[in-house]
Amino acid sequence: MSSIKIKVKKEIIEKIEEICKSFDNQSGELINVLHKTQEYLGYLPAEAQEIIARALNISAARVYGVVSFYSFFSMKPKGKCPVSVCMGTACYVRGADKIVDEFKKVLNIAVGETDNDGVFSLASLRCVGACGLAPVVLVGDKVHGRLAADDVKHIVKEYREQFAKLAEA
Amino acid sequence: METIKLTIDNKSVEVVKGTTILSAAHKLGISIPTLCHLKMHDLNIHNKPGSCRICIVEIEGRRNLAPACVTECAEGMIVQTSSVRVINARRTVLELILSDHPADCLTCAKSGNCELQNLAVRLGIRELHYNGEKSNYQLEVSASIVRDMNKCIMCRRCETMCNEFQTVGALYAIERGFPAVVSTAFNQTLKESPCTFCGQCVAVCPVGALTEVDFTPKVIRALADKKKTVVVQVAPAVRVALGEEFGMEPGTIVTGKLTTALKNLGFDYVFDTDWSADLTIMEEGTELIGRITKYLNGDKDVKLPLLTSCCPAWVNFFEYNFPELKEIPSTAKSPQQMFGAIAKSYFADKINVKREDMIVVSVMPCLAKKYECARDEFKVNDNPDVDYSITTRELAHLIKLVNIDFNSLEETPFDSPLGESTGAAVIFGTTGGVIEAACRTAYELITKKKLERIDFTELRGIKGIRSATIDFDGLKLNIGIAHGLSNARTLLEQIKNGVCEFHAIEVMACPGGCINGGGQPLHHGNTDIVEARWDAIYEADRNMPIRKSHENPSIQKIYKEFLGAPCGHKSHELLHTHYFDKKLVVEVDLD
Repeated sequence: MSSIKIKVKKEIIEKIEEICKSFDNQSGELINVLHKTQEYLGYLPAEAQEIIARALNISAARVYGVVSFYSFFSMKPKGKCPVSVCMGTACYVRGADKIVDEFKKVLNIAVGETDNDGVFSLASLRCVGACGLAPVVLVGDKVHGRLAADDVKHIVKEYREQFAKLAEA
Repeated sequence: METIKLTIDNKSVEVVKGTTILSAAHKLGISIPTLCHLKMHDLNIHNKPGSCRICIVEIEGRRNLAPACVTECAEGMIVQTSSVRVINARRTVLELILSDHPADCLTCAKSGNCELQNLAVRLGIRELHYNGEKSNYQLEVSASIVRDMNKCIMCRRCETMCNEFQTVGALYAIERGFPAVVSTAFNQTLKESPCTFCGQCVAVCPVGALTEVDFTPKVIRALADKKKTVVVQVAPAVRVALGEEFGMEPGTIVTGKLTTALKNLGFDYVFDTDWSADLTIMEEGTELIGRITKYLNGDKDVKLPLLTSCCPAWVNFFEYNFPELKEIPSTAKSPQQMFGAIAKSYFADKINVKREDMIVVSVMPCLAKKYECARDEFKVNDNPDVDYSITTRELAHLIKLVNIDFNSLEETPFDSPLGESTGAAVIFGTTGGVIEAACRTAYELITKKKLERIDFTELRGIKGIRSATIDFDGLKLNIGIAHGLSNARTLLEQIKNGVCEFHAIEVMACPGGCINGGGQPLHHGNTDIVEARWDAIYEADRNMPIRKSHENPSIQKIYKEFLGAPCGHKSHELLHTHYFDKKLVVEVDLD
């Protein structure tokens, strides 16, 4: 019967502890700490949550409770090109559901998942404030508007090529 | 105090400002049904998320129905608790809860004792109109606790006990909407989590989502095995609670009937954990006197305060949360484990039975005891000192199973030699009891004088943290007592920060001590039941002819015949243990 051990890289431990400290290790700042940590790591693995729990002196179960409650937080790494399909009212009535279905088919992943080579991840969100362009899809920071299901495979192809070029260079 | 007048079901009532409609109705003899709500004021247990909506009532002038458990009374309020609108809505709420609940009442461990089932009976549910999505979680069976989250109704009582009362933090509500459920961090098993197996989650669970691991089939098989000598020991708190399972008044002392029932069940030897509680006092008391003497002689390295170590959930708690203090608790094993170690050595030799042919069963008010007897350090060649630990509830099932009419049983004494005990041992079952028993013995051993006043009433009570200074004929010792692990945490923090003035501290994990353990008959939120058991424990103490552990003739005999002196070589081998560091370690990954 020995203690439970987890292994994490030194700079990651230090950075997360620094984030916690910047909020005075206050448990009431948990959501802000999680935001900053996700910004840094791109996601919130169990190990990161354990480190946060320890620093804020709360249980890991409570941290996990908050992480699993909010759809913004993710325990899986996002793809290099995160795809977010707007499912707000305007986009929805203009066929956003069909766009999501097409992305699922083309990328072969479900909403909330990342594809095998880590390039694309798929998410849905509510209203990006560009209803005039409905239906809208965000890839990274870039807005693609007035889409039809047929456009999806072109978008995917475009980003895949861009990404391949970057990888070569 | 400001008061408020209101009308509930056409009856007027005056209540203090801040009173909920639920309490005000209760005052009028109107019992509004509840499900998630749990309030045990004296024990500092409050769970009122107002989430189940079973207690909804109609308030004149208000559009929506209001939950009575969290809605405060207001001046002139007119409340209806059973109008047609309320009854229909309450039924709908219950049917919606039932729509995501397995309808397997016939085979559920909680059947007959389930608050949801009782509600369905009370509200006359005859048909389920909603056929929606069903949860599908994997059943988890740990050393002590079975978690069947398909039965969870999200009352969050377990979460309150685990986080607020115990500050253990093993369970928390995760996810949102339909997938929301009470879980461990990252869906770990309980063994991987900081769970101490105190069982308070099981004690308050209104349904069959959290239950104990049932060892009765194993006990039945052992009893039927002609080659095995089966020995049973019964913890102090069992004798003041078991009667409830057979319709007796809470607080009925059933020691004599209990021993008869165990003999009728076919146990070869019916012994008493009280016997080994007396033994614990000899060891722990001697250890305390040893440490105090060293301290008085100027030894600055001596570890004080001495912490009691009878409660296995408490042991798990400090191993996980305060491993840096693991040298402070007494090294004395718990009475359950002392009994097992002696039964399978001294007693097995005496009756000429091989260790592997002896089965030791314990009847405990506790779930952590199941985990404790499975710990590796309490095994010899993989053979455990205590084979199966069953709860008070499991024993009641066994008695019913073999057609024993418990209420009409004759009273018989425990068998000899591991059955004789004292009043000091029986009070191990309540908060403050272990340290009081220790004081009775330590007083006479330290002062060499006769203790005239046996009742240390200053150590008794229901407050979470208590303290008293006991005068040992000029030597003043500060005694601390905590029940509930949040209170224990407060004292441990003090020790860690060097601001603790106590010489000895008793800790029990459960609210009220073992009388309210996770394995006891379910109290369903009724504090009176716990208090009746509490009174009964002290009554059982007063009824005993001998009330100090060191005066137990059977204990004196075993030291003379077998053990030698308390804390001697043989005692250390059989009756003492050591603790582990179980804290989560974050290691630097160099790859």
